[in-house]
Amino acid sequence: MFACLHGNGPLTSKPVGQRSASQGAHTPTPAVYPPHRRVDASVCPTVLASLTALAFEFSPTVEQTAPHTVTFDASGLDRLFGLPQDVAAALARRVSELQVKANIAIAANPDAAICAARGFSAPSIIPYGDEAKFLALLPVALLSPSPELQETLDRWGIRRFQDLAALPPLGIAERLGPEGLRLRELARGEVVRKLLPLQDPLRFEDEIELDDPVELLEPLAFILARLVNGLATSLATRALATNELRLQLKLENRTTHERTLRLPVPTLDTKAFLKLLQLDLEAHPPTAPVLHVWMAMNPVKPQAAQIGLFVPATPEPVKLELTIARLKAIVGPDRVGSPALLDTHRPDAFRIEPTFRGGASASLPSVRLSLRLFRPPRAAQVALAAGHPSFVTAGAIRGKILDLAGPWRTSGDWWTADPWLRDEWDIALTGGALYRLFCDPRGWFVDGSYD
Amino acid sequence: MPAVALKKQFESLLGGHLDWQSRPSPECVPSGVPELDAATGGLPRGCLTEIFGPASSGRTSLLLSILAQATHREDVCALIDAEDAFHPTSAAAAGVHLDRLLWVRSSNNAEHALKAADLLIHGGGFGMVVLDLGDIPPAIARRISLTSWFRLRRAVENSPTVLISLARQSNAKTCATLQLECVRERALWSGALHSSRLLRAISARATSTHRSKTCSPVFTATAL
Repeated sequence: MFACLHGNGPLTSKPVGQRSASQGAHTPTPAVYPPHRRVDASVCPTVLASLTALAFEFSPTVEQTAPHTVTFDASGLDRLFGLPQDVAAALARRVSELQVKANIAIAANPDAAICAARGFSAPSIIPYGDEAKFLALLPVALLSPSPELQETLDRWGIRRFQDLAALPPLGIAERLGPEGLRLRELARGEVVRKLLPLQDPLRFEDEIELDDPVELLEPLAFILARLVNGLATSLATRALATNELRLQLKLENRTTHERTLRLPVPTLDTKAFLKLLQLDLEAHPPTAPVLHVWMAMNPVKPQAAQIGLFVPATPEPVKLELTIARLKAIVGPDRVGSPALLDTHRPDAFRIEPTFRGGASASLPSVRLSLRLFRPPRAAQVALAAGHPSFVTAGAIRGKILDLAGPWRTSGDWWTADPWLRDEWDIALTGGALYRLFCDPRGWFVDGSYD
Repeated sequence: MPAVALKKQFESLLGGHLDWQSRPSPECVPSGVPELDAATGGLPRGCLTEIFGPASSGRTSLLLSILAQATHREDVCALIDAEDAFHPTSAAAAGVHLDRLLWVRSSNNAEHALKAADLLIHGGGFGMVVLDLGDIPPAIARRISLTSWFRLRRAVENSPTVLISLARQSNAKTCATLQLECVRERALWSGALHSSRLLRAISARATSTHRSKTCSPVFTATAL
């Protein structure tokens, strides 16, 4: 059993393609046919969208036959609604609730339902085997024959379905070819075909309305586990994975707490997701008890990569993400990552990047003298002799300067609101330790030790 | 037949005495200091290596050279910086590929640093994990129990990870497979004082106290 909805437009505006009242209620509306051939630009897209959404409410197999015609498989609806008349009544009720005008038809094959929906404004239910009789009075123009064929049929005096259906098939095949035969079968309501179903947009979302507000993260974790497991199962059944998880928590204070987790690679590791969610919510807890939980996963194709036998082992991306999240929970969110140098001469200028990148290997220099920085620099008291530092005291660092090099004057960013200027010395103290000392407008500081 | 007789029969079939107890020696990776590699064979994978010495003893220069070698091999490395003393510019100049380095900045908290090291080792996949305790006072460093070091050693066993600890003094004791004590030899300056003086390099001695790898090669860390 198939049902067809043929939209005429919204109830509030002038219906698109509606015939004048003088043409009678049963006067058929010229329509585009066969499906998927032409696009009528005048069709209201909201009507089509409404009809498609309505069809999906009743069936998962929906075909957008034409810009204002939607056909769907109504098999099994009789178990829910009863007789076909009850199905048609339920459809009509939903159509009126959606504020659109649409003809409804139910038939044993989709094309008979489409012809009836286009031809009759009242809900039509075509009994099995009576298709030809039911459609007999509809005009042939409803089948949208080619202009040449229409002219031929007009010359022959074939104007209604019953006239075309009565013609012998052999004679039609000889005179009108395959198109004529197809039109005859349509007029007799004998065409049996499968629907071209629309792909339902993949949405992996789920939500839970809580009876009582949840205050603690531990009970919330059980609810999250249920949602994560359900969504992961849905993704797995379609051979998909996810690289983004969105969480919305509606709180008791009428605010919404939103969190988004992104993974570097698609995965379906529910344990990792749950742990990441738990760590994220511990770091960013909701401000009030939770009333409603909504979760969505972004569907993507799972990653399939062959790892080389002689490629050095690297951390598994999902595991690494989990490790980094745990590390952030211990040392702070902005204290874990890959360092990257900034394009500036400002001392100690770097940024922390959250993820690794694969860099090209370059030649290696010999062992370089390295600096260990004091963050923040240690304030120092410096005694000068002949304009040069001679003794330094900075906490535990204390001693006579035995050797020094400098000053090295550097400055930059003087064109910005945050300029910098400093004089640097490399110094060797009595113990033999080497330090970098600098002087800026704030005073003297020990920047770090050469080690 | 007793086990001893079976063993003897098996050994006679194989043509000689077999050492059933000792493990195969671990794979070693180069440190970037040829003298040190020649003497010690490199840094063992799946083991704890300890580098220690006072300030300006060249231990950080040695560490960055090791990291540069590791990142050059395309190993992913992790540095747990207990003192927040890592200088990315020095590391880049030493040849470390910063994009292959995970830097964990644990601000003067040895306990956090140990937890981070444990997480990273258990996470797996890292070619090298460095626990840089730097100049943390000996009193605090000594609070890290030998059990913690033993736990780290056990965690890194049977993995391809090189675990390195850097501190002012030796902390891991017998848990370390290789111990390198860095001692400053001298600083090399050039030019006249107060005019064109430059710090050119420091010369340091890395002494291995391991019973089978006793050596004390000298290396030079040159300034930029």
